[in-house]
Amino acid sequence: MKIAIRFAALVMMAALIAACAREVTPEPAPPEPTPPPAPERPVETDRLDPRDFTDARNLDNPDSLLSQRTVYFEFDRSNVRAQFRPIIDAHAAYLRANPSARVILEGHADERGSREYNLGLGERRGNSVLELLRAANVPARQIEVVSYGEERPVCRESNEDCWQRNRRTEIVYTAR
Amino acid sequence: MVKALACLALLLPALAWGQLRIEIVDGVEGAMPIAVAPFAWESSQPEPATGVSEIVSANLRRSGLFDPMAERDMIDRPTRPPEVRFGTWRLLRVDHLVIGRIVDGPDGWGHEIEYHLLDVHTGRILLSQALPVAPGDLRFGAHRVSDAVYEALIGIPGAFATRIAYVVVTGLSTDDEVFELVVADADGHNPQTIVRNSQPILSPAWAPDGRRLAYVSFATGRSNIVVQDLFTGQMRTVSSERGINGAPAWSPDGSQLAVSLSRGGSPDIWVINVDGEARPRQLTHHWSINTEPAWAPDGRHIFFTSDRAGRPQVYRMDRSGDNVTRVTFDGRYNARPSLANNDRFLAVVHSDGDNDFRIAIHDRETERLRVLSDGRLDESPSFAPNGSMILYAARQQGRGVLAAVSADGRVRQRLVVSEGDVREPAWSPIIR
Repeated sequence: MKIAIRFAALVMMAALIAACAREVTPEPAPPEPTPPPAPERPVETDRLDPRDFTDARNLDNPDSLLSQRTVYFEFDRSNVRAQFRPIIDAHAAYLRANPSARVILEGHADERGSREYNLGLGERRGNSVLELLRAANVPARQIEVVSYGEERPVCRESNEDCWQRNRRTEIVYTAR
Repeated sequence: MVKALACLALLLPALAWGQLRIEIVDGVEGAMPIAVAPFAWESSQPEPATGVSEIVSANLRRSGLFDPMAERDMIDRPTRPPEVRFGTWRLLRVDHLVIGRIVDGPDGWGHEIEYHLLDVHTGRILLSQALPVAPGDLRFGAHRVSDAVYEALIGIPGAFATRIAYVVVTGLSTDDEVFELVVADADGHNPQTIVRNSQPILSPAWAPDGRRLAYVSFATGRSNIVVQDLFTGQMRTVSSERGINGAPAWSPDGSQLAVSLSRGGSPDIWVINVDGEARPRQLTHHWSINTEPAWAPDGRHIFFTSDRAGRPQVYRMDRSGDNVTRVTFDGRYNARPSLANNDRFLAVVHSDGDNDFRIAIHDRETERLRVLSDGRLDESPSFAPNGSMILYAARQQGRGVLAAVSADGRVRQRLVVSEGDVREPAWSPIIR
């Protein structure tokens, strides 16, 4: 039985080594770049207003509040601080204007304390953002809260710098 | 990303088979001197590399309560009671002696460990047993011998013939993290990965039969409670409500799980039937966080964590959810209660401030709380089934390790796995 597993592992390994090895073989030279087609419409109508929170392109526009999707919290707290309200308002505007858009509010905690309690804390942080979105008339069906507790840190050191980056709610678009 | 994961998978088998190494940090002064003489191999089958007596000796040493003599210091190697010259052992300042032989089992099936525990001072035989062992089970047989010796001399059952479950996380960032739920013998040998996922796994809990584990899995992207049979590998999702599905705890009869569900808006304690029949029953009704239920051994009460008074503290209620009373008052933070074989002592995660989280024992009789560990981020205490030790998770140089401390705080062990972050330990019940 163990031999069979070992053998299977060997076969898998060989396949994987082949797959990994392929990655390092040189890619064929890219084709000559073709000049971009001339815009069909005048450029002005295409100019993006970063304060237009109904426009999906602003989700990826670093100048727009819509590109900011993380709300940070104080230790053992779940109230949204004033500086994060504009971000939430921007996403509320987007969600109202785009009824097919969906978000998951991922609640997170820092590593201190027990893991299951931190699941509860993460959910509270997700719910705080949920309540503000709901208060801004975003229909409930567009939002879901999922708490990851302390299981998904963005920073892995045990100090306050890291902890404050981990205490967060991430607004994750599952449909734009 | 997929390719990166596949390449990472190359490394995995080695990691999964890597073993926990147990280091004894602190032992007890005045541990009992004992000698476990090499057991004679009188079986027709090939002799394993590690002898039964070596395993027994290592187990007794690890408990911190015994100081077994090194084999090279033994002048004599008796294997049957008439061969024992007690004077020799007295001169070696040994109080007790364990001797034995390994013979073929009846009809050549497996083995039999025939062993004796002797009192060197009185010359009396304290224990004699012929223990049948299934093929391939000699290590476990050695653990059972250790349990019997421990019980004969300490007065409470040993917890060597038990297993531990824990979560190992490998990978450097969220994108390539791998979570594995591992089950190993209590001495760290024989680790087996029972489930592997790129999403978090936490809160493993042993069924009273020692055959099944309940745990929280994020495999679907949301928390679910899964029950897995260790023998068949069969997995069943027993709770996938909207919101949190967390903190499973088996009722002592193994028919129910107390869990924390937030389907009502905030985490509350609920009870579900393991077989999935009958609707979940809600025990707490409070806007606060209510989680980490732990059953009293008699099944009549449930302890749990709640921050209804502002900060997390441990509470106790009837299994009906009535008569909620606060249990812990010392310090700002007491959570994740774990019980052993009685409901007098609770192991908890304890903090006085916001930065140091330690394992403590709360004594419900004296209402005293005693801090046992000295880390900064200690968590997930799990009592050995005999109440002698508490296994917990700690951080050491930026990575997760397991540690154990005796209930009186005198014996300390560190369990080191070769690779990855180790966390969420759970000690099995005594396996019969």
